[in-house]
Amino acid sequence: MPLPTVAAQRAALDRGETSSADLVDAALTRAAEVDPAIGALVATRDEAARADAEAADARRARGEVASPLDGVPVVLKDNLAQHGETLGCGSRILEGYRSPFDATAVARLRAGGAVVVGRANMDEFAMGSSTEHSVAGPTRNPWDLSRSPGGSSGGSAAAVAAGIVALALGSDTGGSIRQPASFTGLVGMKPTYGRVSRLGLVAFASSLDQIGPLAHTAEDCALLLDLISGHDPGDATSLPEGPTASQADLDGGVEGLRIGLPREYFETEGVRAEVLDRVRDAVAVLEAAGAKTTPVSLPNTRHAIACYYLVATAEASSNLARFDGARYGRRAEGAADLREMYERSRSEGFGTEVKRRILLGTFVLSAGYYDAYYKKAQQVRTLLRRDFERAFEGCDVLLTPTAPEPAFRIGEKADPLSMYLSDVYTVSANLAGLPGLSMPCGLADGLPVGVQILGPPLADARVLRTAHAYQRLTDHHEATPAPIDSGART
Amino acid sequence: MNAPTHPDYEVVIGLEVHCQLRTRTKLFTGAPVRFGEPPNQDTSPVCLGLPGALPVLNGYAVELAARAALATGGEVQPDSVFARKNYFYPDLPKGYQISQFEHPLSLGGYVEIDVAGGDGPRRIGLTRIHMEEDAGKSIHDGAVEETHVDLNRSGVPLMEIVSEPEMRSPEEAGAYLRALHEIVRWVGASDADMEKGQFRCDANVSLRPHGATALGTRTELKNLNSFRYIEEAIHAEVKRQAALLDSGGEVVQETWGWDADAGRAFVMRGKENADDYRYFPDPDLIPLTLSEEAIEAIRTALPELPGARRARFEQAYGLPADQVQVLTASRELADFFEAVAEASGAARAAANWVARDVQAALREADRDVAQSAATPQSIGVLIGMVESGRITAKSGRDLLPELLTEGGDPEALVAERGLETVSDAGELERWIDDALAAHPKAVASYADGDKKSLNFLMGQVMRASQGKADPGRVRTLLAERLDAGGAA
Repeated sequence: MPLPTVAAQRAALDRGETSSADLVDAALTRAAEVDPAIGALVATRDEAARADAEAADARRARGEVASPLDGVPVVLKDNLAQHGETLGCGSRILEGYRSPFDATAVARLRAGGAVVVGRANMDEFAMGSSTEHSVAGPTRNPWDLSRSPGGSSGGSAAAVAAGIVALALGSDTGGSIRQPASFTGLVGMKPTYGRVSRLGLVAFASSLDQIGPLAHTAEDCALLLDLISGHDPGDATSLPEGPTASQADLDGGVEGLRIGLPREYFETEGVRAEVLDRVRDAVAVLEAAGAKTTPVSLPNTRHAIACYYLVATAEASSNLARFDGARYGRRAEGAADLREMYERSRSEGFGTEVKRRILLGTFVLSAGYYDAYYKKAQQVRTLLRRDFERAFEGCDVLLTPTAPEPAFRIGEKADPLSMYLSDVYTVSANLAGLPGLSMPCGLADGLPVGVQILGPPLADARVLRTAHAYQRLTDHHEATPAPIDSGART
Repeated sequence: MNAPTHPDYEVVIGLEVHCQLRTRTKLFTGAPVRFGEPPNQDTSPVCLGLPGALPVLNGYAVELAARAALATGGEVQPDSVFARKNYFYPDLPKGYQISQFEHPLSLGGYVEIDVAGGDGPRRIGLTRIHMEEDAGKSIHDGAVEETHVDLNRSGVPLMEIVSEPEMRSPEEAGAYLRALHEIVRWVGASDADMEKGQFRCDANVSLRPHGATALGTRTELKNLNSFRYIEEAIHAEVKRQAALLDSGGEVVQETWGWDADAGRAFVMRGKENADDYRYFPDPDLIPLTLSEEAIEAIRTALPELPGARRARFEQAYGLPADQVQVLTASRELADFFEAVAEASGAARAAANWVARDVQAALREADRDVAQSAATPQSIGVLIGMVESGRITAKSGRDLLPELLTEGGDPEALVAERGLETVSDAGELERWIDDALAAHPKAVASYADGDKKSLNFLMGQVMRASQGKADPGRVRTLLAERLDAGGAA
């Protein structure tokens, strides 16, 4: 039986067949049951969530439903600030830190009545593609507990895939929502850069980060995005107010839609044949529904990974400078002087992957290397953006694989470079600021495969509409993992 | 040009001034900008560098910096970019300072200086003006080996005004700073209170043989916070470098701090420790764009600048230069004077009153002109009454302090207190009779040829009239009586 969607939960609430208290209770019970084996959540808000649910039920009883998500349980990636709550980012260095303010997205979610039941595990500071690099330990893929759910929003993805909640928030800097969605059979979306305020999202790479949803359907993603999108005067990179009503557009279908198939994405070295097969199946479904496909070229794609790892690490090296042990979080004990305090606090507080990226980013920005690396990466970024502009002159959306392979095994990508290469299909959307979505398009060896839809900037609604049309014609999103044996954690 | 500061070397000075913009809130957050609050009171997640906090540019700070740029003839750029200057220090909570680097707010411009004994006014070129946020303050407690950090200043908006290396003496540097200080205050960009650290200066000093074109190696003198220290410090540095060069040594590029108490500099940092700040554009902030219309609107709203105003005061009102200097010590005072002049209908009298009596009365009351309780119109009315003889100058001066501290309508006060000048002969004669009767000795000495006795007797009459007697009439009547033998 397929897991309930937000739309289904909402309908049941509207009909009075369930209550928010019941939904939250079910989420907490499910978490207690399966999460010891999965490790999706780093903490649940049992008491607080139950209180929020009762408040939601009381509103509903008074006929004051705040939004389509009122009373719906959700999970937040642990890099989204919640007032008065721990904010961990998968890092030792934030030990004991509580945020004195809400992220804008969280405030909007709460104002809409959604009930936050817990915080989801993640790669430390969102740096990773596997959710192995967390102080809380790895998160496991509900489809196969020996495998990774992807990352860095792996905890959010696993929480939805394991049936704890129907909706989770993640963040996507280079694919951190879409790749986990692909690995766990979900829809995950990174909106157009600036669509969702970054205020209160702990920055990894400011020019690339976006908050977005993980859910079973494009429809659920649209519900969430309509609630949290929109201009925020507290984020200078937030887009001006504009059309965001993605739900309204959802049923437009794909008749006449021009789908571009970027040649470079289908000729990538190392992509698994089964993945390409599933993606081609999806193309065929959309063509049958009236879409037209056309080959396009994005010639600078081969530079995307290098460009991404220069830009992202440069920004990260600066963004993570504030974690110094001086004002909050973990401070190393017994340092003889200031320098030693910094060095030891950061050496002990950050994990290996974070250190690797800070070092790389520091190098990239250093005098004498800036032009060769950071500046050149910015130039490549412009070229990538132009590639997309040109491609979108002849088509409305692009269809590509989301990841070169289905979920890999935990520990399999021990070499950082092989891990970085798994982001090959997703990073370009961040570099160009495009909306991107991954949705399930079948299985390969019993594991979910995702297909990615990219749109031009601001065409978030078009991307969602394409995905929704596909999901109405297929049932891949209804596939569920085998029952989880809670004792199976190894 | 001045006589050279040093016989063998030409002195080359460039100045960098950090000037606090006069905003109520910080450069990138709504936390208040105040002075003297308890530590860490005036902070927000942004100035504390909390995870997830984001900067949002204070548009008013941009306007203030643009005012200063336009007032110094700078070209405000349509596009400028905030960058991150990365370094670790406890008073820098984010681990970087947001500052404009490659693309500053303004390029070019100049400050006009006129050094006493020089060849007349000279323009010192500006390289640029850029905006940045201030850091916090580290307070080292040596007794317990602790460092305390106060982040109230963290994120306070500053503009850095960088001059070309065009000053040739410590006196020129001082004149440049005074002129710049006046302009930033004049246009309301900054209060520039040096005691509160709102106007801080770093000086780059080098020497080269007269006639040489290449610059010598420079040293940087940091954090000079009074005009006097700046001149002293540069003098001392010139002397040090000259002695070094004379003895065949070389100047090393270093950063020096100035110990005002000891009157000498100390090395803060050598070149070998030069930091790599890893500047890059701040991805949290979009480039700052200013439309031509926005820049023109700021330019149009600029007040008349000090130099232009001084020239006009001299020409339009026929005032002497030294008095104009007094009247234009601040824009507020100059505005006040002009309003007084207009209301009084007697500009030169108004100039005397404002430059002398008003200033003295305000000083006495420990106020500045902005804190005057009297409107300039009411002071103008008062002066007009004196000028037309309706009240005496003495009555006018007596009323002035009260007006300036309490306010009020001079017409009403004069009527209420019966201060109108008494020129009625009958009343004046009565006071004269009394004075002559009370001081026969003075009458006698006048008769003996001591004409100064007249002044003494005048004083007696004026006192008896409580200053209301028309002094001209009194003098005439008194002289007549005395010349007639002084008899009652």
